[in-house]
Amino acid sequence: MSGICSSLETTEKLLCYHCGDPCRDIPIHVYDKDFCCEGCKLVYEILKENNLSNYYSLNANPGDKSIKTRNAARYEFLDDEQVLQKLVSFTDGTETHITFLIPQIHCSSCIWLLEHLYKLDMGVKRSTVNFLKREASIVFNEKETSLRKVAELLNRIGYPPHISLSNLEKKKAPATNMQTYYKLGVAFFCFGNIMLLSFPEYFGLSSVFEGRFVKTFGYLNILLSLPVLLYADIDFFRSAWNGLKQGRLNMDFPISLGITVMYSRSLYEILSGTGAGYMDTFAGLIFFMLTGRMFQNKTYERLSFERDYKSYFPVAVSVLKNGKEESKAVSDLHHGDRILVRNGELIPADCILLKGDAAIDYSFVTGENIPVPKQSGDRIYAGGRQAGSAIELEVVSEVSQSRLTQLWNEHGDSEHKENELTSIVDKVSYVFTLVVIAIAAAAGGWWIWKGEVHTALNAFTAVLIITCPCALALSYPFTLGNSIRILGNQNIYLKNTRVIEKMASIDTIVFDKTGTLTKAGDAEYTWHGSPLNTTEILAVASLASSSQHPLSRVIAGIAEESTRPEVSNFEEIPGKGMSGIVIGMMIKAGSTTFAGNGNSTGNSRRSEVHVTINSTYKGFYEIRGVYREGLKTVTNALSENYNLHLLSGDNDAEKESLAEFFPDSDKLHFGQSPANKLQFIKNLQHQGNHVLMAGDGLNDAGALFQSNVGLAVSDDTNNFSPACDAILDAKSFHLLPMFLKFSKYSMNIIYVSYLISLLYNCIGIWFAVQGLISPLFAAIIMPLSTISMVLFTTTATNLIGKLVFRDVPGQAQIKADKSHQLS
Amino acid sequence: MSVLFLLIGISLLVATGFLIAFIWSVKKGQYEDDYTPSVRILIDDTTPEEPKP
Repeated sequence: MSGICSSLETTEKLLCYHCGDPCRDIPIHVYDKDFCCEGCKLVYEILKENNLSNYYSLNANPGDKSIKTRNAARYEFLDDEQVLQKLVSFTDGTETHITFLIPQIHCSSCIWLLEHLYKLDMGVKRSTVNFLKREASIVFNEKETSLRKVAELLNRIGYPPHISLSNLEKKKAPATNMQTYYKLGVAFFCFGNIMLLSFPEYFGLSSVFEGRFVKTFGYLNILLSLPVLLYADIDFFRSAWNGLKQGRLNMDFPISLGITVMYSRSLYEILSGTGAGYMDTFAGLIFFMLTGRMFQNKTYERLSFERDYKSYFPVAVSVLKNGKEESKAVSDLHHGDRILVRNGELIPADCILLKGDAAIDYSFVTGENIPVPKQSGDRIYAGGRQAGSAIELEVVSEVSQSRLTQLWNEHGDSEHKENELTSIVDKVSYVFTLVVIAIAAAAGGWWIWKGEVHTALNAFTAVLIITCPCALALSYPFTLGNSIRILGNQNIYLKNTRVIEKMASIDTIVFDKTGTLTKAGDAEYTWHGSPLNTTEILAVASLASSSQHPLSRVIAGIAEESTRPEVSNFEEIPGKGMSGIVIGMMIKAGSTTFAGNGNSTGNSRRSEVHVTINSTYKGFYEIRGVYREGLKTVTNALSENYNLHLLSGDNDAEKESLAEFFPDSDKLHFGQSPANKLQFIKNLQHQGNHVLMAGDGLNDAGALFQSNVGLAVSDDTNNFSPACDAILDAKSFHLLPMFLKFSKYSMNIIYVSYLISLLYNCIGIWFAVQGLISPLFAAIIMPLSTISMVLFTTTATNLIGKLVFRDVPGQAQIKADKSHQLS
Repeated sequence: MSVLFLLIGISLLVATGFLIAFIWSVKKGQYEDDYTPSVRILIDDTTPEEPKP
């Protein structure tokens, strides 16, 4: 006992050797090292035995902090042949290839360890990590090991693979990315060669050259431009056509018009021998625009913004058949199947309880995380999580028919969200197209009136060619693409470039409380009353560990699982408290009426757990959520320009402490269910507000989806966030006002760049209407405008990024930290 | 001057070779992961017996 006492004094400094978490009050001290829990110690032992301690020398405390429940995951279903077939990417009976998503991959130690899997399992032939995608591709010999064994091994060493229902349904995302690379390569190849063959034209050598060269070069140019016309630029035409079908003139329409006219005129000039054409400009512009598109589409591969319930659902469940336990794919569950759900497992379909003590935690669906007890014969809806011993259920409806699935599909139409705000690009291109066509027609009409039909045609086409809005089209992707990168350096990850535009138009911000303004799972406790000794603390902690109530979990966290003594005669009265016998002491813990001395502390709203040991009242734990650092500055800064609201699923216990951040108490809303939250956002939008919702959990999923910008705040971006527009790393939460400011500046940069490109167009049109555009002129002004636009937008965004984030540890600093972590 | 035709033919051939090489490299997945190899190269192959604290 003295050992425990001495280590109690040094709790402040001890960090777990494996995961780096601060050890709890009583750490595990073995091999001269401290561990926060059994799980961490176990991983250390496995690695030490297999001579893989290098894992710990590459990085200090490389283990993942978020994985504390290692044994919860079960992988029996991987023995199922059907499941196996759907998961593996290749198998010939002996050699099998599988790619696992492992969200815990976060440092070079992870890469090293996962690529040395063969040391832990002889059957593994090869394993390769893709760090950015958080994936490990594993090749193993099916004769020596099995998929299940590999998965269990990964789970044992703290890298549980994430296998969910969505893995089974869609095998792999189509390789659209590859297509972009191909197109870019083809465009560049053609552009370079066409330009080379156009050089005689640039230097006016065509008259010196023999005629046959001019002709040959012209034909070669046509040949080289074909791949660009038929392959590389096809997306622009497709998008313009889709826009037209919906009755919209998007930015790709004037582009398509411009390049079509440019190509036809070049073809005519070369074939008729009247000129050299604009093939070089044509190929060059396509190349530049593809680059812009690539820049815009470069997003965060490792983050997924589109998660629905399927990503959270297990792949398989245990089915009872003739008294035997079998594994069955969730998608094959039918009415009447009997399933077995263990502690911590998710209920995949609407069921009826047959046997066992069910306590269902519906936090996944409702946000309320106090488990609801159920009697046998009760209906249990999909999405609940069993807390307690294993239960037996009978399935009443298939997974796709369950109430949860329907709930999800209700607000699952993404159409409205994309159309709700017409992008600035579309607005500008609409006006632009009309004006350009008007000018072209006017110029053509003028020359016809003058009686010069040839010049009329010349001027008409020249206007369309010279105004091809490539610079215009490039400013948006380059500005916002670069902005996304700058924001990413500050730990906010956006789904796409449109989000910045939407962020700039926000006028109302709604916060969720738990997990967003407070740290998830982190609560402060203070003991009020007569001091407890170590044995008593341990006893209370182990009593609390038997309960699933959120307050109990905080108290249970005081002591490590293995140090907790046994509890007997445990009894829990919902809404009141619990009692039990620990090390011969009769302990009661709970509300003041149940376990207290009846005297209220005067503040009934506070979260308190009173403790009575052997009928002597000892005192109470006061439990408070911990607010994020800098919350006050954030709310102060934001309240100047935005309407702030707070939505919480909890009761109003923290109303007073929140008043410090939200002075206007009308805007604090407590006891909000997920449906309430969704409705609240809808109402705000009906009043004409543009709403940013900051939330964290699945209970905010509806609200995040409905809002104009759904911002998921996450303590660990490797974890799964609900479907959203942006993921904010919680450690950058205090930068939120700057992010919004920066998005506004980014939009301003776009406006300025539109003005510049308009200026270029005015110069071009001035010459074009007079019919004075030569291929050389086009070959100079078009790339010039394009490149200057790219330079302007990237420099401007970089500068503004530096200005806005100048007070934050610079990007260089963060990068240095990252590389330090990885070196 | 007609030697120019030959030269242009050769230059186009070489350029096509590079285009094919590029397409091959994309197909082989060289652009799929542009980060992990940079970390992997820094990790030593030798395993020290016991890391220094």
